[in-house]
Order: sequence, then structure tokens, then C-alpha cells
Amino acid sequence: MIRKILYRLFPHPQLTFFLLLIWLLLVNNLTVGNVVLGLILGVLIPGITQPFWPNRPKVARPLKAAQYILLVLWDICVANVAVARIILFKTNANTHSQWIVVPLDLRSPEAITVLAGTITMTPGTVTAMLSADAQHLLVHCLDSEDPDAVRDEIKHRYERRLKEIFE
Amino acid sequence: MEIFAEIVISLMLVIGGLFGLLGSFGLIKLDDTMRRLHAPTKATTLGVGGVLIASMLYFAVFMGDVSYHELLITAFLFITAPITANFVAKAHMHRDVKERDLPRTGGRYGWAGYDEIGDEEQPIDTK
Repeated sequence: MIRKILYRLFPHPQLTFFLLLIWLLLVNNLTVGNVVLGLILGVLIPGITQPFWPNRPKVARPLKAAQYILLVLWDICVANVAVARIILFKTNANTHSQWIVVPLDLRSPEAITVLAGTITMTPGTVTAMLSADAQHLLVHCLDSEDPDAVRDEIKHRYERRLKEIFE
Repeated sequence: MEIFAEIVISLMLVIGGLFGLLGSFGLIKLDDTMRRLHAPTKATTLGVGGVLIASMLYFAVFMGDVSYHELLITAFLFITAPITANFVAKAHMHRDVKERDLPRTGGRYGWAGYDEIGDEEQPIDTK
């Protein structure tokens, strides 16, 4: 009975939590009134939009996720410097851009989305397309002599960690 | 202490400005749409990041209150930048890239933008 009421109130507890968090960050002012208002939003919005959230993404290891975020932040800084160097010091004719195919081991849509986003944010690669059966990712690489090495790095550095987090 | 904070803030602003400039320069210099995408998606993140860190430090040290809006801007930026890049890439591929110019998927089906797949064969359960 209580479980049922709780489920009615919080059909998506994570979403409620993040709505409250984002509301508090937005108003930038921690008072009881703002917490209550944030909670009201956190109950109303998931309740109304529930039909749009049929599946709940499962995060199996939150600590690993935090670790992953730090790793990606560091890689973004490195990526910026690497791309800046290519832009500044390499002529267009000397830059070897090419397509790379990355076979995926991930199956959950959320994990694939995060991987695609990570690839875009990190050294010299942009995700362009997914294959129709969601088994391969098409990645454009700005400058690489060895596409296989880039593919292996993506698989080893990011996909392996995402698999641990999501699956 | 204040002078130290001022130095760090100015340094962050200069770094942010430099990377913003580099991103825009890359947009002019590189010669192909897919290549051009690399410049703004990356150089700009550090450009905006530098300015945001400077802004947080400034408000914390000189105004005496911590502002969290910068964290939100960072989060939204990191969520939206790859998606925008992906949309631009897809639009470009639909207009100007033929499927035969792309590498094969190596699987049974082609790339999502070019290949159709039946409803009953959908690999990811989206219902």
C-alpha cells in the first residue's frame, strides 16, 4: 500500500532528485521555501511526463560513473590542446582525416548515447552515425596515421568502463 | 591573496579567450564540413570552460557568494555540444556524402541514415 503511494508520488525517483538539484542550482539560494518548490516540481513533472519514460536507465556503479566523468573531463582538456595544435601547425593537405568504424559491445541505448557523446568531446574524433542495427558506430577522425589504434583506444578506454557502469 | 586570485582569474580569461579564438580560426582554416566540426566542438568547450571557472572564482573571492550557475552551464554544454555536432554531421551526410564513400559497417545492416530496417527487427527495444 505504502509502496503504491510512494510509486504514485515518485514514479521516477532519480528524475525527482535531479529536478530538485537543478532547481536549487538555478535559484542559487538554499532556503526551505526553495526546497519545497523544487520538490513540488520534482513530483509534478515526472508525474505528468511519465508516459515518455517507459524504461529507467540503470546505473549499476555510481562511483565508477563519477570516476568516468573525471576521466572524460581530463581527456577533454587534452583533446582541446591536441586539436588546437593540429589547427595551428598542420596544413590541410598534411592532415589525414578518415572514417573509423567502431564495433559496439554495448547494448543499452543510454550507454551508447554516452559513448557517442564522449567520442565527440575527446581527442580528434566526432561521432557521425550509428548503424541501423545499433552494432557499429561511424566516427570521423580529424588526424590519424593509424585508425585501428584510435578504434582500440575508444573501445578500451571508454567502452569498457561504460559497460561496467551500465550493464 | 587578492592579487593571487586576480592573476588566476586573468589567466583563466586569457586561456578561455585563446581557445575560443582558436575554435573560430579552425572553422575558417579547415576545408571540409566534417573536419570543420572538430574545431568548434572541442576548442570551444575549453574556451567556455575557462571563462566559467574565472567567473566562479571572481564571485567566490570578490563578491563573497558562491555562484552555481556556472556548473549548470557546464553540464548543459556537455550534454548539448555532442548532440549538436551529431545533428550537423548527419545533415551534412544526407546532403553531400554518398553511402559508397563511407566504410562498410561490417554487419548485416548499413548505416542508419541510409539503410532501412524493419520494425520487427529493431535491435533496441524502444517501445
